[in-house]
Amino acid sequence: MNAIDINHDGELRDLYRELILDHARNPRHFHKIDDATHTAEGINPLCGDKLRLYAKVDGDVITEASFEGSGCAISVASASLMTDLVTGLSVHRALGCFAEITGRLTNPDHHVGQDIGVNLDKLRALDGVRDYPSRVKCATLAWHALNSAVTGQSQPVSTE
Amino acid sequence: MSQPQENQLASIADCRRDFPALHQQVHGHPLAFLDSAASAQQPESVIEAVARYQQRDHANVHRGVYTLSHRATEAYEGARDKIRSFINAANRREVILTSGTTESINLVAQSYCRPLLQPGDEILITHMEHHANIVPWQLVCEQTGAVVVAAPINDAGELDIDAFDQLLSERTRLVAVAHVSNALGTVNPVEELISRAQARDIPVLLDGAQGVPHMSVDVRALGCDFYAFSAHKMFGPTGTGVLFGKEALLEDMPPYQGGGDMILEVSFDGTTYNELPYKFEAGTPNISGVIGLGAAIDYLLSVGMDNVAQHETQLLDYMMQQLGDIDGMRLIGTAGSKASVQSFLVDDIHPHDLGTILDHQGVAIRTGHHCAMPVMDYFGVPGTARASVALYNNRGDIDQLVDAIRKAQQIFS
Repeated sequence: MNAIDINHDGELRDLYRELILDHARNPRHFHKIDDATHTAEGINPLCGDKLRLYAKVDGDVITEASFEGSGCAISVASASLMTDLVTGLSVHRALGCFAEITGRLTNPDHHVGQDIGVNLDKLRALDGVRDYPSRVKCATLAWHALNSAVTGQSQPVSTE
Repeated sequence: MSQPQENQLASIADCRRDFPALHQQVHGHPLAFLDSAASAQQPESVIEAVARYQQRDHANVHRGVYTLSHRATEAYEGARDKIRSFINAANRREVILTSGTTESINLVAQSYCRPLLQPGDEILITHMEHHANIVPWQLVCEQTGAVVVAAPINDAGELDIDAFDQLLSERTRLVAVAHVSNALGTVNPVEELISRAQARDIPVLLDGAQGVPHMSVDVRALGCDFYAFSAHKMFGPTGTGVLFGKEALLEDMPPYQGGGDMILEVSFDGTTYNELPYKFEAGTPNISGVIGLGAAIDYLLSVGMDNVAQHETQLLDYMMQQLGDIDGMRLIGTAGSKASVQSFLVDDIHPHDLGTILDHQGVAIRTGHHCAMPVMDYFGVPGTARASVALYNNRGDIDQLVDAIRKAQQIFS
């Protein structure tokens, strides 16, 4: 077998960081919530990513968030990180995170908007996708599904 | 192997030089282009033919009385003659120029089937079709109350011929089958299918998008009623394709679209349609694309379709063997008779992640459902990675693919 040194391929490592691989292999909150108050489906027809997002909202607070489905490492890791992050946040703050993350990943000139009072440093692990236009949709799929779920849109969202 | 064959293969190896796009680096690696089943690269001669037309000869066809229009018309109609000869159609009236395989199939659905279909009638397809050979039939069935029936496949990705035979019924009005499956690479036994269908007077359309680039196609020897294919999968430009149809069928079909060029005389009392093939060619066509297709046919003839087929068969065998040696490899599509294509999955790496990592090694493959979702459903996968070879590929491309897959395995280990 050829000698392959993956550590010398910085760009690839930037996309598939350890944190991403960890969440892709062992996604957190990967189950159905039977008494979810909000749910939405997210579909990325380009690569066949398909997930269902569940959220339990009490008052204005997301007390629990989870997902099921199948997808590439980027989309599964992003959904895992997201459900971790938004649990315990107000819907308003979660939507602020949605705007911030989608802005950061899709707009190269994006500047941090108003302080939403949430530490998003962990999601920096996804920044590598900015160099892969065809993969940005994978990273934002779960966020679009969350947005759709909590704002009450019934149609499946598609990032295509 | 005999000496002459060695010489032929040597000349095939030289083909790679003719394709400018293949001589570039991607992410610091030489490009190994293994996605010709999606769209093939173009040789210099095609690029030049299109450029020459754009620079010197461009004018509308069939209209002007001036020199440029004559030149454009001559080049355009000359390409039609090359296509006729290439697929051995009986005459040029049987060669309809379209925007591609998809339009060719929609034309048959709307112009041949729609006036004919009654509620309960059936269109027989197979489980391995591309969406372009499924959805046009679903549309015409919605319009008429007919139904689409799909013949099953087996785990190797081969058509179940006995089941196909049993599904040919009193109500079957058309059989529409891929010559070669784009997702699985299966070469269907189309002569057999045609003879079984025609024994019951059922016409047959072949989706030849993946057939024409890889083997010699003779529509008269096949005996098919319709044959659809695209220029861009056979080293020509995008946006151009062909529908071959038997003249007797085409004569009886109403026009597909109305517009310029497809008429003889128009008045508000009524319109007289143009003769074949122009009856089906409304509006200004893709002139440069058709000229490019003509140049692509010249190129293929200069290489020789039998040489192409032989080279690709050897390369596909090598690819299947090399991929099969990788631990954790699942080959999807292992039919006894195949062309060009190998779908696969590695460990539990999602095809899209694999595609990105391969791209980083300069290897271009297709990932996803390949516009064949029923095939993916059959194999219980959301998608696959797919490598496809064309006349310009070589063993080095396959070796680069295999090395890149091993690297992906390391990243995901």
